[in-house]
Amino acid sequence: MAKIEKFANPTRFLRLQEKVQLWLVAITVILFAVGLYYSLVKAPADYQQGETVRIMFVHVPAAWGATMVYAVMALSSAIGIIFRHPLADLSAKAAAPIGAVFTFLALFTGALWGKPMWGTYWVWDARLTSFFVLFLLYLGYMAIWQAIDDHHRAARIAAIVALVGAINLPIIKFSVDWWNSLHQPSIMSMKGSSVHSSILIPLLIMALAYSFLFLTLHLLSLRAELRKHKIRQLQMQAAKRV
Amino acid sequence: MKSFMALLKRDLVLAWRQGGGVGTAVGFFLTVIVLLPLGIGPDQSLLQRIAPGGLWIALLLSVLLSADRIYQADYDDGSLEVLTMGAMPLEIVAAVKSLSHWLTSGLPLAIIAPLLGFLLNLDTSLVFPIMGAMMLGSIGLSFLASLGAAVTVGLRRGGLLVSLLVLPLYVPVMIFGISASSGGLSGPDVSSAAMGILSGITLVILVVAPFGSGAALRTYMR
Amino acid sequence: MDSSFDLINSMLYIVGMKLTGKALSCERGGRQVFDGLDFSVESGGMLELRGPNGAGKTSLLRMIAGLNEPARGEFEIQEGDNEVNLAQICHFIAHQEAFKPALTVAENLQFWADFLSGSDDKADISVALEAFSMEPLAELSAALLSAGQKRRLALGRLAMIKRPIWLLDEPTVGLDKKSVGQLQSLMRQHLDEDGIIIATTHIDLGMEGAKVFDFATLPERADHGMYDDADLEEGML
Repeated sequence: MAKIEKFANPTRFLRLQEKVQLWLVAITVILFAVGLYYSLVKAPADYQQGETVRIMFVHVPAAWGATMVYAVMALSSAIGIIFRHPLADLSAKAAAPIGAVFTFLALFTGALWGKPMWGTYWVWDARLTSFFVLFLLYLGYMAIWQAIDDHHRAARIAAIVALVGAINLPIIKFSVDWWNSLHQPSIMSMKGSSVHSSILIPLLIMALAYSFLFLTLHLLSLRAELRKHKIRQLQMQAAKRV
Repeated sequence: MKSFMALLKRDLVLAWRQGGGVGTAVGFFLTVIVLLPLGIGPDQSLLQRIAPGGLWIALLLSVLLSADRIYQADYDDGSLEVLTMGAMPLEIVAAVKSLSHWLTSGLPLAIIAPLLGFLLNLDTSLVFPIMGAMMLGSIGLSFLASLGAAVTVGLRRGGLLVSLLVLPLYVPVMIFGISASSGGLSGPDVSSAAMGILSGITLVILVVAPFGSGAALRTYMR
Repeated sequence: MDSSFDLINSMLYIVGMKLTGKALSCERGGRQVFDGLDFSVESGGMLELRGPNGAGKTSLLRMIAGLNEPARGEFEIQEGDNEVNLAQICHFIAHQEAFKPALTVAENLQFWADFLSGSDDKADISVALEAFSMEPLAELSAALLSAGQKRRLALGRLAMIKRPIWLLDEPTVGLDKKSVGQLQSLMRQHLDEDGIIIATTHIDLGMEGAKVFDFATLPERADHGMYDDADLEEGML
């Protein structure tokens, strides 16, 4: 383990994180300010959906983010399980709650959008259904970390859960699409027919803002996880001395 | 091969002699089927429409709820450790134990379920399509349940957690299982295509689940 | 599968086998149990592991059995031959007896005989029953056995399936005097047949010529997890 520990080098990570933290926060705030200004003020209201179309600027990037964070989590888990890289285990652990919040945000704004669009808060649309399942996968992953006391054991088991979920996600997505097409919903699809640049640009800025938000929060909670780990270690040492 | 048969035989005998075997699973299945009309009302045509879905959901739950017996006893009494010391890799051990779980839960339920479907006014022409789809689909259900059981084997209160972890993974099996169960009702092409995809999904599960289970069991024995 | 069995069978006839552990280190729950442990046992030799509770005696046995992974270090069988899966040539008798109360004594033994011996080996459960005079119990449900009888049932695995390395964790716990005697004669016979025994024990097993490895002689090492202590002094945390 000694070699791997040097390779992982949490100390170097902490130093780096400390240096970039302020910058990351600043970039995130600016991106959100610009993005929200464009999407809430500048972008034109949709001729069909009216002002409600603006929910999309919060909804779509959240959905993209939710998927991206799961990819980060699965990748970290794979690195953790293959290379026994302790920082990778913590990276997966730290990503999960952020991903869950993104997913929840996507579901919640989807429901808000659904009310004026479909006349009901929830419709079993293929996209919403897949995201609901994704949300459950996040919850299961986090529950595993909570349920297992031993850190190394929890990391291994959680990684297995994340990877199995990653293999299943495309299958789940595919099956939900099939199910949806079979039941031929009379609702309109969530995606607009063609995206105009006045909508696309704020959308991309918002997507970038979400990415930086994730990066900032992820590094910050990684720092917190590392500190938690150190505290446990010190407690164990103290217990041994008594 | 001798190890394979020995393990399969032992697990089947244990499932037969101990409680929580076939009888309990069928009893549970029956209870869900009885609760369903009580919950939604006795309207015959409504029941007929939801019968396949109701049967599948009862199947999912019955398979899932008997999952904890797959590894728990072996983990508690030290058998699992000795099982790692034969020539059979732990992944195969997991596969054999999942198979015996299917033989004592999914398979008998798949045979009995469509018959119990008459309680839900099931369309008679659907009995055999449902039986076939359930036999195939329940293999995947057992292997996934086994994966869930392996991932929580060292936890004292793993029951609810298993459901949270496994039920989302059941989504594809259920969707294509029900499509395949529909017989000719939604077009013969649809159900045979669904059967094909269900076979594919089952194959993926047959490969992934034993590997995951083996890795999880090893982690818990450390 | 069959080729690995041939390998196991051929292992039995290698005289001059040597099991070596080099610079082994054990970590549990982020805590270091032992570090830099070396040992070696040759055919016909026995190693007794002694030491206080929590020193890592059982952990070492589980490591050899392949149940734990050493954090550092490695095992060698003979000279440089690491091809054989160590777990498959070992018997590991742990605290838990690995028996099913729903099966009879004979059924339990038969299962392990079939599972562990594999292909065409004619593992005979009557050997196990005889070794610890359990013949009258054969058709009894394992649920009815006393603690000592269960122990004898577990030890029966040693007699009926031939494997060159025995890993015994406190094998005499719960045994009466007669059974301890039977175990000792079984162990002597195994050593005479060029087997290897590694056992943890609190009491003297009465085996002449056994090497003793005392965990108390290992140097105490500081814990180290993901951080070096230098991090603390630097005020990074």
